Amino acid sequence: MIQFFFRRFFHVFPAFIGVTLLTFSLIHLIPGDPVELRAGERGIDPARHAEIKAEMGLDKPLYIQYFRYITNVFKGDLGKSYVTKKPILEEFLTLFPATLELSLCAMMFAVLFGLPAGVIAGVKRGTPFDHTIMAVSLTGYSMPIFWWGLLMILFFSVFLGWTPVSGRLSALFWIEPQTGFMLIDTLTSDEPGAFKSALSHLILPSIVLGTIPLAVIARMTRSSMLEVLKEDYVRTARAKGLSDMRVILVHALRNAMIPVITVIGLQTGVLLAGAILTETIFAWPGVGKWILESIGRRDYPAIQGGILIIATLIIFVNLGVDVLYGIINPRIRYTH
Amino acid sequence: MKKRKLLSIAGLALLFCMLALSVQAKEKTLVYCSEGSPEGFTPALYTSGTTFDATANTIYDQLAKFERGETKVIPGLAESWDISEDGKTYTFHLRKGVKFHTTPYFTPTRDFNADDVLFSFNRQFDKNHPYNKVSGGSYEYFDGMNMGSLIKSIEKKDDYTVVFNLNNPEAPFIANLAMAFASIGSAEYANKMLVAKTPDEFDQKPIGTGPFVFVSYQKDATIRYKAFDKYWAGRAKIDKLVFSITPDASVRYAKLKAGEAHVMPYPNPADLPAMKADPNINLMEKEGLNVGYLAFNCKKEPFTNVKVRQALTMAINKKAIIEAVYQGAGKIAKNPIPPTIWSYNDAVKDYEYDVATAKKLLTEAGFPNGFETDLWAMPVQRPYNPNAKRMAEMIQEDWSKLGVKAKIVSYEWGEYLKRSMAAEHSTLLLGWTGDNGDPDNFLAVLLGCDAMESSNRARWCYKPFNDLIVKAKLVSKQAERTKLYEQAQVIFKEQAPWVTIAHSVVFEPLSKKVMDYKIDPFGQHIFYGVDLKD
Repeated sequence: MIQFFFRRFFHVFPAFIGVTLLTFSLIHLIPGDPVELRAGERGIDPARHAEIKAEMGLDKPLYIQYFRYITNVFKGDLGKSYVTKKPILEEFLTLFPATLELSLCAMMFAVLFGLPAGVIAGVKRGTPFDHTIMAVSLTGYSMPIFWWGLLMILFFSVFLGWTPVSGRLSALFWIEPQTGFMLIDTLTSDEPGAFKSALSHLILPSIVLGTIPLAVIARMTRSSMLEVLKEDYVRTARAKGLSDMRVILVHALRNAMIPVITVIGLQTGVLLAGAILTETIFAWPGVGKWILESIGRRDYPAIQGGILIIATLIIFVNLGVDVLYGIINPRIRYTH
Repeated sequence: MKKRKLLSIAGLALLFCMLALSVQAKEKTLVYCSEGSPEGFTPALYTSGTTFDATANTIYDQLAKFERGETKVIPGLAESWDISEDGKTYTFHLRKGVKFHTTPYFTPTRDFNADDVLFSFNRQFDKNHPYNKVSGGSYEYFDGMNMGSLIKSIEKKDDYTVVFNLNNPEAPFIANLAMAFASIGSAEYANKMLVAKTPDEFDQKPIGTGPFVFVSYQKDATIRYKAFDKYWAGRAKIDKLVFSITPDASVRYAKLKAGEAHVMPYPNPADLPAMKADPNINLMEKEGLNVGYLAFNCKKEPFTNVKVRQALTMAINKKAIIEAVYQGAGKIAKNPIPPTIWSYNDAVKDYEYDVATAKKLLTEAGFPNGFETDLWAMPVQRPYNPNAKRMAEMIQEDWSKLGVKAKIVSYEWGEYLKRSMAAEHSTLLLGWTGDNGDPDNFLAVLLGCDAMESSNRARWCYKPFNDLIVKAKLVSKQAERTKLYEQAQVIFKEQAPWVTIAHSVVFEPLSKKVMDYKIDPFGQHIFYGVDLKD
């Protein structure tokens, strides 16, 4: 198992270098100059322009800039934002709890509803249940997030008035972030009603963000269940006289879980990358929105640093998934 | 007896609690749905209106201020000022008894005085100042307004008198000092942070003299303020102010409708009819302090010929553009400055839309069959031009009637600005939003000979015009300046270096609970003086 873990771990390193190289070159390939953008219509004196570029280190050839960047990364220094002048890691860590909180809630919503829906659809194949679940999941998968988010806001927040429109907490509560996780911060605060407010702010964004993963999980679980249910060992289990429930949950589902876990892992990675659209619609102060705005401002350190941290996280989530395969199905450890 | 006493104490306690609760319930919190996050909390370091809303208009004061909702300059932290005969020495008499904010991170030991003024300007002016390089140390507005070359020295005469010595007379100087970059910070706080070796904190946890005290900022989410009880001009009418950062305009509108916010900036033009019809929303509107224009590159053939410029100006149907591009939220511009600025010359006659005369003029200029040119269109939406590409298409169509074939060109926004500064274009769409309400801020910055290598994108240096605007800078009497600028506008119109297209209208939807809100002509958002209905 340990050997398997290390083998997987060594694959991570080239991926990490690849990510730095790719983000660095892509962001420098896009036209646009952070100094010009800040100056706007007013323009800037060419001498001052050159001076600022030199201060930012942008006057050097690209390969030197990259070399400097990667050396600093290995020293743990991701640089400072051109806009806020704050260290990138600090900026990221301020925003990441919001993204993590939303991603976990969205994933919980997706798994809680997607997994049982997939199992039921698989077991009741060809019935109206199956058709309904598959039709709903296909609709969910094809839903444009922006439209879906606004529709939910207009219906639940504006028309029914059940949920708040956007943000993480009502403006009436003045809570200082301790952990950055609003649910925890409000729970430990002494403001009555704050936790309820934080929870209600999570509902719509979690549903909107969780819709696509829910659809993917439901479809994947269904097809995986269909395959497994045909297997000999399921027939044997049934022949032994085990209850349907036991056959489905213990014998079939456990084996059907491998591809489902892959999907959950990949989807979690995607969610961690910051659900840019969901965060923008719901004014959710997360990393996705931050990176998007940084691209608009050509804030190179923020874009490079943000993407690098997220890519590293995704790489590690996938490593975790690989290790989890090994636990669920020990044969995998030896076949590779 | 004892029981009765106990009961009365309990009764009193209950009454006290109820009173306390009712006081709490009456606390007025105004929620402003801002469109983005501030870049930081020292306005001098930044350039965006979003940052100025969150800093210069809430936490800080300036020596002079703009009257709320107007472009008129009134005294701020300086009670009055004297200008020397030669216009080169400005003496400011500072207001006494002005308090700085007290917060958990700083307790001031003295009132505002000349040291604070010196600190705030020297930080930007003096390259060797200990704070000059702090937080990136770039002061784009200070540099952009040429303050560095304008100011010769700043002296403290006594605790409440500061003298600014200038290298040359500059009539708009007072208006410049009312701008966000000229906000006054606390020198005492700055020193404390310097001693503690955390000067960056000065720019992150602000201390000012303004109407609102900074409480907290959660990045990309909320900024919280409370009213400053000891504000020199009187406490704000609201108790708390919250900036709820919401980048999407549709969501801002939804928040306003759901009662989660009271004021929102930058509505979607498509939502305006619904906002007008909504009984709970008060849709305010005001002409913006801006101009959207098309500049001819007067250094490039055939635009060196005034007749060509006039012909192309006459061929554009501005009325159709206002309807199609601004969808009613704009007014035809005839001068390079908006009508809200003093010295606007209403007597100037605009070129009529007249294709036949335009064709005649072009023939006289030697282009009976037209010519080929490029027409640059911005890739982004700006306050003065909501859709440059659509506008360019309409102009292309209008010009084609003269046989002028215009090729529409666009670049990424930063690239567009850079290339247009280098005057690579033949004709270009752009615009400007005023900074200080002074005509010089439009006429000299955009059309003066000094700006030939930068923001004068028409590359138009015309001596009779330039002499007038240079002279207007040197005299300090507004009546005299007005005359000069009025003449300048007449010359501008004759020479037609630009087609002045439109001044856009700014819309601000607010909840009907908001009282006394005024739209700021500079496009900023000011909450001092605003009240909320119970």
